[in-house]
Amino acid sequence: MYSEKVLDHFENPRNMGEIENASGMGTVGNAKCGDIMRMYLDIDDEGVIRDVKFKTFGCGAAIATSSMATELVKGKTVQEALKVTNKAVMEALDGLPPVKVHCSLLAEEAIHAALWDYAQKNGIVIEGLEKPKEDIND
Amino acid sequence: MGRLVYLDNAATTKTSPEVVKAMLPYFSESYGNPSSIYTIGSEAKTAVETAREEIAASIGAQPEEIYFTAGGSEADNWAIKMTAQMLSDKGRHIITSAIEHHAVLHTCEYLEKKGFEVTYIGVDEDGVIKLDELERAIRPDTILITVMAANNEIGTIQPVREIGEIARKHSVLFHTDAVQAYGHEPINVSEDMIDMLSASGHKLNGPKGIGFLYVRKGIRLPNLIHGGQQERGRRAGTENVPGIVGLGAAAKEAMEKMSDRKAYETKLRDYMIERLLTEIPYCRLNGHRTKRLANNVNVSIRFIEGESLLMMLDMKGICASSGSACTSGSLDPSHVLLAIGLPHEIAHGSLRMTLSDETTMEDIDYTVDALKKITERLRNMSPLYEDFVKSGQAE
Repeated sequence: MYSEKVLDHFENPRNMGEIENASGMGTVGNAKCGDIMRMYLDIDDEGVIRDVKFKTFGCGAAIATSSMATELVKGKTVQEALKVTNKAVMEALDGLPPVKVHCSLLAEEAIHAALWDYAQKNGIVIEGLEKPKEDIND
Repeated sequence: MGRLVYLDNAATTKTSPEVVKAMLPYFSESYGNPSSIYTIGSEAKTAVETAREEIAASIGAQPEEIYFTAGGSEADNWAIKMTAQMLSDKGRHIITSAIEHHAVLHTCEYLEKKGFEVTYIGVDEDGVIKLDELERAIRPDTILITVMAANNEIGTIQPVREIGEIARKHSVLFHTDAVQAYGHEPINVSEDMIDMLSASGHKLNGPKGIGFLYVRKGIRLPNLIHGGQQERGRRAGTENVPGIVGLGAAAKEAMEKMSDRKAYETKLRDYMIERLLTEIPYCRLNGHRTKRLANNVNVSIRFIEGESLLMMLDMKGICASSGSACTSGSLDPSHVLLAIGLPHEIAHGSLRMTLSDETTMEDIDYTVDALKKITERLRNMSPLYEDFVKSGQAE
């Protein structure tokens, strides 16, 4: 049911872990539905994402999309990272089964939530970024 | 292909070599239609009747009370829908439990849409039906009580005889879905006061696509499938002769082996549960500790999710199943785990491993060792575990 790439990212997740004193950290999803994603971003003074880490509670697709999302935003500017959509994550993984599309949405939301946290901490406004949904404790 | 450890015997079982051997002649030698009069047809007919006798004897019934079906789901549908139709003038109330298989639950939901009323009796934290609640739910218009003999997910064995007694006392028909229990636990339809019973071949090392419904003599259950005069006019369609022969052979083998098999599986099961609960922190057993099927282990491993657990087990050649939402195709985890009171996030981390008499102690050790590593790996990845550790609650 999963592509080779999904299985590879599930088996060998990239950038899994935590960043202490991260520039931005975001957690999305909720345990009730069975998926929680957390993204840590380390962003330098030029607004470039120097490092990114994730932690995910969820199915194989949730882990693979988190892993792929970190690869897609690493080294990018904040503006570029904002343009990484769930579609881009899915394409990079050679597709997902229809019931797992929401996992890729969650990955996009997790990046946005971490960027939002970064913007809040630094008192800046990132154009095009909306406040993330806070459904973690639903 | 590396090692294969098959721990999903509640989903289906390997067809026994003896069963396959018994079936083969009915594909290419005695392949005649049992309704015909020439020799190869009557040979098939004889084989069907021999299987029927074997199965009847295995539950203390008469051969003419056994009706072959295409499996457990058909038997459940037949018993419930046709009882509803047969007795709708008497009443439109059905009692079942909250932890039935979907073949029963969805049939009941279908009847609700047709104007029947269904009461879903709760279970305790071990998954045992609340008998007092069951008896209180009986009304003058109650026409059927349908409660499974043993649960497919958590393995809890229900007090079938007590339910039968209650049903008999109130003159309500009692149907039991015995798909998981038949061939594994002793059942006697007279002593247990069962009026109808569903079973399936492939759960006891028989073939898939064959099952039966026991209907107590005197109950004029209408047909679900109309057509020819097969099964004494009650279930039409040319008999699945190889399947029926296979089911008969599987039933015979299961009955002969039952006590040895139970003893062996119970030993492995208890060893596995003991190791899991002592060696994996924040792991709980789902289902009753002792009143459970001999081959069923079901645990919830906190802070991790079932599907990723199954995928990692699969990479080690271990086949198991989970009640997480991701494996059920919906957003909710298993209704059984929610009914025993598990919160969603713990239900998502459930793992069912169902053994067979071919499972070895080495298989169990291999699986538990793999599970310990996988749990550690997935917990390292889990934001829930991170929060738990940071909150200072971890030991």
